[in-house]
Amino acid sequence: MTTYDEERLGELLRLLPPAPAGWVEAAQELPRARAELDALVERAERDAAFRQALVDDLEGALRVAGVEPRPVVVEHLRRRLVQ
Amino acid sequence: MAGTVDATLSDADLVAGCRSGDPEAWNALVERFSRYVSAIATQAFRLPPHDAEDVFQTVFMRVYERLGSLRSDDAIRPWVGQLTRNCCLDVIRASGRVIPVDEVEERVADDTIARLDEAMAVRDGLAHLGPECQEILDRFFARDESYRTIGDALEIPAGTIASRISRCLGRLRTELTDG
Repeated sequence: MTTYDEERLGELLRLLPPAPAGWVEAAQELPRARAELDALVERAERDAAFRQALVDDLEGALRVAGVEPRPVVVEHLRRRLVQ
Repeated sequence: MAGTVDATLSDADLVAGCRSGDPEAWNALVERFSRYVSAIATQAFRLPPHDAEDVFQTVFMRVYERLGSLRSDDAIRPWVGQLTRNCCLDVIRASGRVIPVDEVEERVADDTIARLDEAMAVRDGLAHLGPECQEILDRFFARDESYRTIGDALEIPAGTIASRISRCLGRLRTELTDG
């Protein structure tokens, strides 16, 4: 069993400061962003002109869909369109 | 500290909630692991903020996508740790930087991750204390707030903060030893 003195507990608590609030909120929004991406990809599969517009301006398309075009989201959408 | 989901819920309970599509469970899961993922990126691998944020979002995107393939719901913590470690190494390799891809630097990063694992266990114990102890210890140690700031925020005399911290650390120690 590990035993801790107060100094050690303080050191360990200091190791985990909060992540920036914006990072946490963006990660919490991922399920909603994912649903928006699914809708965009589905529409792109049905509509070639929309697909081309999407490829030409991924970030703009995400903004129109109400999704913050963070690099990881843009990259995810790009990958799915290539597939 | 974790939205409307009970902070004492086990990791496995949170994973089960996420699998069933409960948005509050996902929010709580992100909240629970946010410090861990961020600390691995910034402390173990010393990534600059922009790269650390990319790692952070990539890790949670992968967690969300691959949660269904997790063999045991209890295994999420080491899995998140490993995902984060791999994402950090990918970012470092892609950037052309040499640290910490060599063996020695990776070992240093892994030692830091081991300490962060221990810190996560301490935070688990913290979740079992009352809200006042959670707030005081988190504000003082993790958020590095002064006695005055803590006193103002919690509406308690600043002169009593030191003794409250000591009492809460004692309770945390008991929780970790006996809990």
